[in-house]
Amino acid sequence: MYLLWVMSLTEFRMTFHGTVLGYLWSLARPLLTFGVLLAVFTQVFRLGAEVVNYPALLLLNVMLFALFAESTNRAVTSLVAREEIVRRTQFPRLVVPLSVVLTEVFNFTLNLATVFAFILLYGVEPRWTWLLLPVIVLALLMITVAVAMLLSATYPRLRDIALIWSVMATVLFYGTPVLYPIEVTPPTFQDIVQVNPLTPIFEQAQKWIIDPNAPGALGASEGSEYLLFASIALYVGICVAAVRVFFREAPRIAEEL
Amino acid sequence: MSDRSATASAPVAIEVREVRKSFPVQAERLTTLKERLVKPSAWLRQEAEKLEALREISFDVNRGEFFGVIGRNGCGKSTLLKLLASIYSLDGGSIRVAGRLAPFIELGVGFNHELTARDNVLLNGVMMGLSPAEARARYDVVIDFAELHEYTNLKLKNYSSGMQVRLAFALMMQADADILLVDEVLAVGDVAFQEKCIDSLERMKRSGGTIVLVTHDMGAIQSHCDRAMMIEHGEVEAIGDPAVVSARYLQLVFAPEEEMEAAPLDTGPERGAEFTAAWLTDGEEARVEAVSAGEPVMVNLTVRAHGDIPRLQALLELVNNPEGVVIARFPIGYGGEIPPISAGEELTMRVSLDASGLRPGSYRFHYHLGTADRLYDRSSEPLALRITGADPGESLVDLSHRIEIEGGPPEGDEG
Ligand SMILES: Nc1ncnc2c1ncn2[C@@H]1O[C@H](COP(=O)(O)OP(=O)(O)O)[C@@H](O)[C@H]1O
Ligand SMILES: [Mg+2]
Repeated sequence: MYLLWVMSLTEFRMTFHGTVLGYLWSLARPLLTFGVLLAVFTQVFRLGAEVVNYPALLLLNVMLFALFAESTNRAVTSLVAREEIVRRTQFPRLVVPLSVVLTEVFNFTLNLATVFAFILLYGVEPRWTWLLLPVIVLALLMITVAVAMLLSATYPRLRDIALIWSVMATVLFYGTPVLYPIEVTPPTFQDIVQVNPLTPIFEQAQKWIIDPNAPGALGASEGSEYLLFASIALYVGICVAAVRVFFREAPRIAEEL
Repeated sequence: MSDRSATASAPVAIEVREVRKSFPVQAERLTTLKERLVKPSAWLRQEAEKLEALREISFDVNRGEFFGVIGRNGCGKSTLLKLLASIYSLDGGSIRVAGRLAPFIELGVGFNHELTARDNVLLNGVMMGLSPAEARARYDVVIDFAELHEYTNLKLKNYSSGMQVRLAFALMMQADADILLVDEVLAVGDVAFQEKCIDSLERMKRSGGTIVLVTHDMGAIQSHCDRAMMIEHGEVEAIGDPAVVSARYLQLVFAPEEEMEAAPLDTGPERGAEFTAAWLTDGEEARVEAVSAGEPVMVNLTVRAHGDIPRLQALLELVNNPEGVVIARFPIGYGGEIPPISAGEELTMRVSLDASGLRPGSYRFHYHLGTADRLYDRSSEPLALRITGADPGESLVDLSHRIEIEGGPPEGDEG
């Protein structure tokens, strides 16, 4: 437990060590993405007009997705990057991917203040459902940890994973309702996106945080509930697979580096 | 000596039973998907060829014992230690460890090179099971021991390998472990630090700790270990008295049986290196064949390499005449002191010895040249040394000594 904490803290400090702006970078990156996306989707595609509080929604989604994407991306190579330690000492290997995710959670938490400042600025009114944000984050974290475990445990033996995952992450970025709420998409596309385990999380975030009239996870799948079930099944499946794969590989990881 | 029999009956700290470990070997490692698709059989792990690193090893290490492990490179020493530390998983057999164990494997405890010494000490301290507060409290002790005060804010990647080993060793000594696994710590670092390491291992042993030391330094094995074990091709070749086990090791390294009988030497076109000259000099660097008792003697050996040899080793033996009793052995290059040598290069090794203990008489030096697992050359004609002087005594050597006599009127009640 201590180990997880100390590792995450050092990791967190290390990320910014030697940079001039330090922590500000971790804020600047998603904000920059947000700015570009906002410009493109409100000015070029005029998507923003159809959606209530689009900029606020976009910012929240970008931050949530960054938590998932950054964590998993860095988790892929995490065990190999700590080769020195893994090859020479015995400790619960799980600490490594967990510490990567936890580091990103630090970042995310620090960024939250900015996100809510913007959300208020864009005219969203505070609501009691804001208090449910931890539920959203927890749901997102579970799958993030699961994917991080899967990736970090398979990478030592199958180095393609890093490349595959960087493509997958991009696909997921567009295949998750980050840039758009799911209601505004055409039906066939919608069906595919519905199966994505991340979708209900983002849909529910929109309803609780930005727009109480948004359909939410349940509403969005009305008429095709089986898709919601499929996505939940996939979510659970990934978590179970992650635990099994990770603990099967863990004792052998030191040999395969 | 009483020490040794005492530890023999002590409770067991490490019990190893029929431990097996093998690694899949592939001509090239198939780590990308494409390679696996092209070679589908690689998906089936069972089909992979196995390299048996350890086959059915069994032994015990007793609590409070200083246990040496020796063997040629690649014989499985580090693998054994990693299994003991549960860094690798067992393929078969069982290992029982009583007490807390701290590993020091392949020259390190696992540092993050992007962090400063300070952060590494804290991180590793916690990794070894200390609380963050404890780790901070011991930080000063670690730095003191490693003598690295000026460098605490330097990133580890800027440390020399010797400095890293100091830090790692100092850290390990603070881990509150009952059992230390120490892999090749004596191979790097300066002599002063090596002595410090040995001293602290001895101290640890005296306070009840158990030590498993892997080293190529036969001197250390003989003077510090209670027992030693030699591994050869993943099996226990010899175990027991350190003197016997290390003699067996030297014998095997320098004169592998097969080679003695069938092909005596690794000669022929790919012969790695040979001796080109051997001579003795005295204190004034003049060639001699005889010195008078008490004078210094230097043995000079010139070696020419025919191929690139990263780690050359030589062994010099002093033998008396005519019985041929080995009086002393001088391993050269066992700790990697001989720099890598490439084809065509020559180097001269000089062993200065204090022969003041040698009685007047006639002696000879035998010398062998090779690597950890090959023998390239051996003295075709031993180098003769005559020690001149009076008194051809009955004993082999004169050991420098001092005599004190206590007694007189009794002071206590001891007797
Ligand atoms: N992780 C690994 N993967 C494949 N082979 C290994 C691995 N670790 C060790 N080996 C092999 O096992 C054998 C024993 O190695 P090792 O225990 O390191 O020897 P040493 O006695 O020099 O410490 C060597 O042939 C080595 O190549
Ligand atoms: Mg080794």
